[in-house]
Amino acid sequence: MSSVVIVGAGLGGLRAAEALRANGFTGTITVVGDEVHLPYNRPPLSKEALAGGVDVPGLEFRRKASIEDVDWRLGSAAVSSDLAERTVTLADGTTLAFDGLVVASGIRPRRLPIPGPQEGRHVLRTAADAHAVRDRLRPGTHVLIMGAGFIGCETAATARALGAEVAIVAIDEQPMVRPLGAELGAGMRRRHEEHGVRFHLGHSIDSFVGDDHVQVAVLSDGTELPADVVIEAVGSVANVEWLAGNDLDLSDGLLTDSAMQVATSSAPVVAVGDIARHPNALFGSVARRIEHWNMPTETGRRAGATLAALLAGDEPDRGPFCAMPSFWSDQYHHKLQSFGMPGIADRIELVEGSVDGPCIVEYHDASGLVGVVGVDRTQELAPYRKQLAARAG
Amino acid sequence: MTVKVFVDMDKCQHYGQCCFEASDVFELDEDGKLQYVAEADESRRDDIESAADVCPMQAISVE
Repeated sequence: MSSVVIVGAGLGGLRAAEALRANGFTGTITVVGDEVHLPYNRPPLSKEALAGGVDVPGLEFRRKASIEDVDWRLGSAAVSSDLAERTVTLADGTTLAFDGLVVASGIRPRRLPIPGPQEGRHVLRTAADAHAVRDRLRPGTHVLIMGAGFIGCETAATARALGAEVAIVAIDEQPMVRPLGAELGAGMRRRHEEHGVRFHLGHSIDSFVGDDHVQVAVLSDGTELPADVVIEAVGSVANVEWLAGNDLDLSDGLLTDSAMQVATSSAPVVAVGDIARHPNALFGSVARRIEHWNMPTETGRRAGATLAALLAGDEPDRGPFCAMPSFWSDQYHHKLQSFGMPGIADRIELVEGSVDGPCIVEYHDASGLVGVVGVDRTQELAPYRKQLAARAG
Repeated sequence: MTVKVFVDMDKCQHYGQCCFEASDVFELDEDGKLQYVAEADESRRDDIESAADVCPMQAISVE
């Protein structure tokens, strides 16, 4: 009987396991996870779970009956692999053999080397991270958030709702500027400012000051900000280290083809989720990592089908991959939702409303409409999504 | 055989991602609120399961 090892027990690993079964794979499936938890939903960690308490079982994904027999190896990360020998080695010393491998090890928050005390510096990726932050968010606490992307902004909104004093420091000109553009980003900044968040944009942090715990952050212009809690949300790093030495393209995640297969002369390997740098035929031939919540499900489905075919000795479907990237965000009861890839646009057009109220914004490049973002206009986005899906041709 | 669908409206944030997987079962109304049919034909099961999979709030259960 053939065996598959899935490295990564997040949403991508879960969906890959389900897709293997849905596509007729009857061999053994072992899922390796560095956290102790079964696959759970992360977006609430910066929102309701941060505000109301982190209940991990309540965040667990529904697991289909087809994967009841999966062997979950949780709490021990993969540390190395030998694709020619078809083995993965875990931090606890266990070596697992496989016939097919799913790379679903995801990303971790990027950490910046900043001098000064380290105690009090947090990230927000795992349930344990959220639990540690949650205990420190109290009325009047000075929370300093590094980074003005979605996680930084959602965390700011949650911390304000809990009564904390919140400052955001980011080198960007506006919050969420890469996906949203400067104009809508400014509109979102004003919403945050109305709720009392203070922005220090165009700045980075030079150092932290305090005895053994951060008390003050010193910005690049010399400004000193009180910081009882620092939350760092300045991007991510793909967890590829355990794949080193296998002659793979690990320059930004793990490169795959449109079937999510990794080019290697040894065992069949597929990649899913945040770590998979894959082409999407809706947006040209460039392979990209897309860190949106819906992509692990989309890539997991495709990768599971590919690997099941390869292990059965069949040729997998190598046709174009055309999943629609989508993100959403909830900040002060304002709902942002996006379809497509607004971040690759070179022309942005407000087509409905105002960036300070309910609105719809179109994102274009030379090829036409590449993305849409709606704020509090979710029910009107369906025609835009349809237009974007038609890019498949 | 029918498929029973339940959406936890305390969790649902009306993002409408489910509507793209099974538009005959899930729909956003004019006010942007999710409406759905609680029972569907067995032949719709795969699409309804997909809708449950893609719900950002994981608010959909299927029996």
